Amino acid sequence: MIGVYRAGNSLLHRTPAGVKLLALLVFTTLLLIFRAPVTMGVGLIVVVLAYALAAYTPVVMLQQVWPMKWIVILLFPFQWWIAGWEAAVVVVGTLVLAVAAAGLVSLTTRTTDLLAVIEWTIQPLRYVRVDPERVALLLTLTIRVVPVINNLVHDVRDARRARGMERSVRAYVTPVVIRTVGYAERLGDALVARGVDD
Amino acid sequence: MSSQSPLQSPPVAPHRSNSFLGARDLALVAAFAALIAVLGLPGTLYAFGSSVPITLQTLGVMLAGSILGWKRGALAVIVFLVLVAVGLPLLAGGRGGLAVFAGASVGYLVGWIFGAAAIGLLVQARLPRYSIWWTGLANVVGGIGVVYLLGVPVLVLKLGTGFAALASAAWFLPGDVVKVIIASAVAAGVHRAYPQMLAPLRNRRP
Repeated sequence: MIGVYRAGNSLLHRTPAGVKLLALLVFTTLLLIFRAPVTMGVGLIVVVLAYALAAYTPVVMLQQVWPMKWIVILLFPFQWWIAGWEAAVVVVGTLVLAVAAAGLVSLTTRTTDLLAVIEWTIQPLRYVRVDPERVALLLTLTIRVVPVINNLVHDVRDARRARGMERSVRAYVTPVVIRTVGYAERLGDALVARGVDD
Repeated sequence: MSSQSPLQSPPVAPHRSNSFLGARDLALVAAFAALIAVLGLPGTLYAFGSSVPITLQTLGVMLAGSILGWKRGALAVIVFLVLVAVGLPLLAGGRGGLAVFAGASVGYLVGWIFGAAAIGLLVQARLPRYSIWWTGLANVVGGIGVVYLLGVPVLVLKLGTGFAALASAAWFLPGDVVKVIIASAVAAGVHRAYPQMLAPLRNRRP
């Protein structure tokens, strides 16, 4: 499965995932505390510099916020009209800068590294009888299961087409879910056989 | 695969082991988290003679709650959201990464967790009696009520306007009503095929 991560060798790529996540948390919190147009200006400079640090052009940054184009196009004039230009800049700026910064962390951090951070973060859950290793197994197992369920969905879709029942949603979802449960049972048996419950 | 009788396979026994999640529960949670992901992939389902692509991701959330119960259902949604957060493009429209959670609709995503839990709680509260109408009601309360209860206020907060948030809720409502009907009908079929899938809530008065 191809993730959001883009391989690279920049300073930001080499920074540990935990540090980047912490920086992202601090950055978005500051945006929410100091709600002024000046903050947005400073924030924009910080984000553009961070993208440069990762050896990305502003085009890459634009790609990250592109899915929000309609929100921005509709929200900015609306906010300007309702609450003035300062409010419009703050509301749209906070949203766009947070998404751009979060996107940069995802671009420069491997999925496996982020999973490792999660595993480390949930260690204290041991004390409420949640096994962190089991959580890690669950996450990696699910990544493996997605293509299996995807194949299963395509099989059902082909079968439905062959029977000329393309329009029936129920003739589609019911067999998909029944087969998903059936697969989960076999997967559960396999896990038990490998001693996961011991 | 579907020709196999459910009677031949060993019954699904929830919470067999001492740990918070037995191996069979683990497999079910992984499978339903994957199902939520696959239902959001493009080309999964086309309505109206393959002209309008509609996403069924929230249907997956409703199914997880209705079929797995509150604990495993909510966990399946959490697993799905964690995989989206670490960068897999599994959210409808091929979106993924931390940017999704910095956006305006993050309240809906978190709402899915509590929505699935609410659906599961309501369905389990009435077990061993199971009715499609009760499941439908549970899906309206959890899949629409709880999800919007978290999604709409966060949207208002992020966009700074209540108007846009309400407009978006109204936009998604008809589709969600259809998904409630589908989820309830499908969950009824699954409970018929696998009656031991879901345990009633523990009786507080012995």
